[in-house]
Amino acid sequence: MTQQTSAVRERSARTISAFLLDYGIIIAVFLLYIVLSLQTDAFFSIRNQLNILDQAHQIGLIAVAATVVIIAGGFDLSTGAIFAMSGVIAAMVARDLGAHEEFATAAPWLGWTAGLIAGTLLGLLNGVLVTFFRINTFVATLSSGIVFRGFALLITEAEMVRVSDSAFRELARGNILDVRHTVFIWLGFALALSFMLFRTRFGRYVFAAGDNPEAARLSGINVNLVRTITFGISGLAAGMAGVLSASKFLKAQNDSGQGLELISIAAVVIGGTSIMGGEGAVWRTVLGVMLLRLIENGFNLMNVEPFYQDIFQGLIILLAVALDALRHRRS
Amino acid sequence: MVLNPTALVEIRKVSLSFVAVQALQEIDLSINQGDIHALVGENGAGKSTLGKVISGIERPDEGDLLINGEVRHYTHPRDALRDGITTITQEIALLNNQSVLHNVLLGQEICRAGVLQRGQMLAEFERLVELTGFSLDPDERVGRLHMADQRKVEVLQAVARDSRLIIMDEPTAMLADDETQVFLDIVRNLQRSGHTIIYISHFLEEVLELADVVTVMRNGRIVRTAPTAEETTHSLVEAMLGRSMLEMYPPRQAPAQDAAVVFEVRGLAAPGLGSVDLQLRAGEITGLAGLVGSGRSRLARTLFGALERDAGEILVHGEAVQLNSTSDAIQAGVFMLPESRKEQGLLLKQNIRSNLSLPHMHSVVGRGGVIRRARESDRIGQLLKILNVVPPEPRLIVNRLSGGNQQKVLFGKWLFEQPTVFIVDEPTRGIDIGARRAIYELVVELATQGVAILLISSEIEEIMGLAHRSLVMRLGSIVAEFEAGEDGKLDEQAIMQAAFGAETMQRATTGGEAP
Repeated sequence: MTQQTSAVRERSARTISAFLLDYGIIIAVFLLYIVLSLQTDAFFSIRNQLNILDQAHQIGLIAVAATVVIIAGGFDLSTGAIFAMSGVIAAMVARDLGAHEEFATAAPWLGWTAGLIAGTLLGLLNGVLVTFFRINTFVATLSSGIVFRGFALLITEAEMVRVSDSAFRELARGNILDVRHTVFIWLGFALALSFMLFRTRFGRYVFAAGDNPEAARLSGINVNLVRTITFGISGLAAGMAGVLSASKFLKAQNDSGQGLELISIAAVVIGGTSIMGGEGAVWRTVLGVMLLRLIENGFNLMNVEPFYQDIFQGLIILLAVALDALRHRRS
Repeated sequence: MVLNPTALVEIRKVSLSFVAVQALQEIDLSINQGDIHALVGENGAGKSTLGKVISGIERPDEGDLLINGEVRHYTHPRDALRDGITTITQEIALLNNQSVLHNVLLGQEICRAGVLQRGQMLAEFERLVELTGFSLDPDERVGRLHMADQRKVEVLQAVARDSRLIIMDEPTAMLADDETQVFLDIVRNLQRSGHTIIYISHFLEEVLELADVVTVMRNGRIVRTAPTAEETTHSLVEAMLGRSMLEMYPPRQAPAQDAAVVFEVRGLAAPGLGSVDLQLRAGEITGLAGLVGSGRSRLARTLFGALERDAGEILVHGEAVQLNSTSDAIQAGVFMLPESRKEQGLLLKQNIRSNLSLPHMHSVVGRGGVIRRARESDRIGQLLKILNVVPPEPRLIVNRLSGGNQQKVLFGKWLFEQPTVFIVDEPTRGIDIGARRAIYELVVELATQGVAILLISSEIEEIMGLAHRSLVMRLGSIVAEFEAGEDGKLDEQAIMQAAFGAETMQRATTGGEAP
């Protein structure tokens, strides 16, 4: 009776506060939309909305993939470095092959592809470090990130890699019906990962690996393989973001993308995905990313000094983590 | 009501209701100084809630709680602690990385100017040890002790806090047979040193052996309170259920004389296991008895491909198979129900549906690993009916289910498809009579359908009640095999003797074996 009755009592007391804890992110984004719409005329224009979505693509790509990693019970702190490495490789391949006449037309495509492959491979390497060598994910990806960035420095010799062929720019700068490719790419990626998490066998395994790895293993699941793949997905996402950045500016640098890994994880947490693993959703992270972007956009439109933005963002992240802790204390 | 002069605790017309349920209804009860007073009843009868009222965790809506004749209104467990009332629960609640000494004196540290006085603390520890007669190394890390010793630490902690009354809620649910015996001695010692004990338990034999007085509860009311000398298992179960005791174990059908050997192990060797040979026949329930640490679970996990093996051959349906991973085993039709529901069994944050289909996703997915939801829902619906999980709501998070229903879900994970061999490791640990009976029926039903079952249990009655044949493990090897006699019964005495081994009998009953 204790279990049933306390569950019943808990449920009635829970309803309101639990609803706020679970769906606070929707309310927060909604309120922010209303406030910003009332404050400035420029905010609610289609132009500005598309802008916000476009600007969100880097954090967006990396954060939705980080959601999958975190649900499976890991963390990826190397995404910033993979971002730099992939951009550099994409740009170098496009530049060097573009110099040969027989590859000239294919060079942009080959560059983009090379960047994505590099990102994915580096992500899988993280997965192997974490599972095969059983290194804590924080430490493993923190150190591998340093190594990756070191390699980026080594192959570029600290020089900016410039691509002269403006066709290379098409991936990031192109648009369909006035909507940038970047918007389709990151929202499409989010949709794909969401489908994967909730509608496929692999998705179930991701939740299982993060919830109780031993129970998952005793249910016939290769937990190490599942975790490795989640890191591969994270690497692919960071690779995409890096390639898009190189494409957008027609150049890449070894020191780009610093701090991307942390702000992406922050977006995941703000959305309400638990950092304990086993729980969460991609739509949450999309809203988390939007919340961060809206704050920045709104502050810009209202001409607020940028350091207030940092303070405000930091406080929101803190609030999100506190809410996550609260939710776990209750259950 | 006349005040009972020897009553340490007096409860008068106490009622407590949660939102939809009346948990306690006009309870009158007095607990005498120096008694071991047992509370028994099915899950949901209100025994734990009553314990929580006395220890200040729950506040009654109506009625009075008197301690030593004085009315008390506890609002927090520490109020009860001040009156010398402590609780020991089913789950061991200790700091695993701290020493025995620091755990025992947690919150009672002896300090001078904020600096721990180790010498004085050790002296206090010695005093407590003398009082209770335990022997424990004060510097050992608690996480390294086995469970019976961790229980000792909890008891010492209670004694250190000057407890007069210790409420024990299912203290032996997580212990093996031999550890339980050790623990029962601990409780008797406590009584001898003047403590009063409220003992809440599902294990009726234990209650009859230990307690002076037993109170039976049903649906939030007290059925009766009587000296244990006047009760039997039979009479207690009748009182708890409110009807005549049904046979606890369902009738089993002997396997066919010519039933095929569907699972065979030859010369299995693995770390911690001697050379093991084993044959299981279709439709036969084979018990695997032994002490904790005798290697039963290790053998189970090795056969399931969850632990590595050094040598040996495994044959399923007469053909050699390589079981190098759990997924190999599942594919070969070898399933295993793990012993620990929470650590090894369930995904507590996921819903019933995800838990049930987890080992069998291949049978509900289409191309590209996409889940075919209609197919999955159909199967889950059928399973919930067979299992009788309450509530039968596939999207409920399993964390919200009671222990018995969680165990049914854990069992159901392996009913999704028909196994050839089903290894069940402690299938009814820590669950109530109703759920137990349901699990027993499932086990017998599976055997009737021709599944070979290997039943590991620390409760010898379970093996007696279900198995057609029993193996006994000791020190990593199978040391004996017993067939049921002409009356269809196994020889309990013989199984126990084989499990203990003549020469280790003494040691095992007093100290237990390292796991």
